[in-house]
Amino acid sequence: MIRAAVAFGAALLVLFIAIPLATLYAHLSPARFGALIASPDALSALRISLATTAASLALTLLLGTPLAYALARGRFAGREVVDAVVDLPIVVPPAVAGLALLFAFGKYGLAGPLLDRLHVQLAFTTAAVVLAQLFVGAPFYVRAARSGFASVERVYEEASATLGMGPLRTFAHITVRLAMPSLAGGAVLAWARALGEFGATIMFAGNLPGVTQTLPLAVYLGLENGDVDLAAALAVVLVTIALAIVVLARLLERRSA
Amino acid sequence: MIELSVTKTLREFTFDVELRFESGVTLLVGPSGAGKSTLLRIVAGLVRPDSGRVALAGRVLHDGRTDVPAFRRDVAYLFQDYALFPHLDVLDNVAYGLAARGARRPARRRVAAAWLDRLGVAALANARPSALSGGERQRVALARALAWNPRAVLLDEPFAALDEATRAHVRDEVRATLAALDVPVVLVTHDESDARAFGGPMVRLERGRVVGEKESGAVHQ
Repeated sequence: MIRAAVAFGAALLVLFIAIPLATLYAHLSPARFGALIASPDALSALRISLATTAASLALTLLLGTPLAYALARGRFAGREVVDAVVDLPIVVPPAVAGLALLFAFGKYGLAGPLLDRLHVQLAFTTAAVVLAQLFVGAPFYVRAARSGFASVERVYEEASATLGMGPLRTFAHITVRLAMPSLAGGAVLAWARALGEFGATIMFAGNLPGVTQTLPLAVYLGLENGDVDLAAALAVVLVTIALAIVVLARLLERRSA
Repeated sequence: MIELSVTKTLREFTFDVELRFESGVTLLVGPSGAGKSTLLRIVAGLVRPDSGRVALAGRVLHDGRTDVPAFRRDVAYLFQDYALFPHLDVLDNVAYGLAARGARRPARRRVAAAWLDRLGVAALANARPSALSGGERQRVALARALAWNPRAVLLDEPFAALDEATRAHVRDEVRATLAALDVPVVLVTHDESDARAFGGPMVRLERGRVVGEKESGAVHQ
């Protein structure tokens, strides 16, 4: 009796998740999907999404890796505070993140006068898209990388040092290699989060086709403009990528286990 | 020769040791927690003493002004659990110290293979450490520690991870291999039977102090 109830509840939730996503695929014929996805608007959104997420992922790895290592291994004052601050974007609503970025880097924001003097405009540019993605995505990487680094036993680094490898080469040949499943998993999650970014992007970067209009923004605009089919076609692209990421994350998890 | 004259405050006691280790094998014995590993780690550069001096073959490794980092000391360290790199095969593990010194891949793999051969584990070259038995790991770790001609060799409880059956056999092999080296070798053990089997000079440590030194044979308390 209880088992049946549990099975029923579980099936209900699984179907609730799976069916709406499946309807996205059912909405369009393959031919219509092909035509829509090859349209200039779709290709432009796809291009911007790929370029900006590549840039934000590069920044995430570049800045997040040393931070994650410091959090895993460093003994410095305020480590707990830094740890908590880095986790914040995961729980802060994206729209709030966008507003915060606007207050910090907008024309009339905190860094506004400085950026003005340097003749740099960030808000409502492609760079703003990248920053919004970095803000919301990086914490996923830092979290995973931090625990990955923490799980590398120190004795391997010590062994590498006694064998004559300097700190940087030890980091590259031993620490990063041993933490790789976590690093890769975190990078995939961060990239996925950046790809799906909507709230912070629309607040901080706007929705300018060809400049800041990423795939999720194009889905939204498609629906708003009554072009449901275009929205559906782009949605299919995003769901398919999401599906691939879930599978990839599983494989990485299995390899690290 | 390793010259050591250091102090370091530990949780339970103050480590305070003045010792010289000549070329050849010296056993370092004493109860667990006596500071034996601390001594090895100070010589290897993995732990920094509070004060004092460490020198190897006349070269200052540590004193008030200098502290040579571990990776520039050329001191081999055999860890208790061997610490073989799990993501590298046996051959690359053994070749690691040569890679660190810039040896090209074919050259270092050739030297590594020769060491594996010498220690009787040539067949394991392409195996992953996780696939090895305790005795095999020990031999691979020893090959890795010796393959790059270190200026000193430190072994931390090299037989502790072995079962009783392999222990005596491996011990004899290690003794023969170490006897051929012309550098200071310090071997830590808390096992009296290891100490008896090895013979040779011996230092006994208790609570961070030297309580006995003997040229050979058993140490009398």
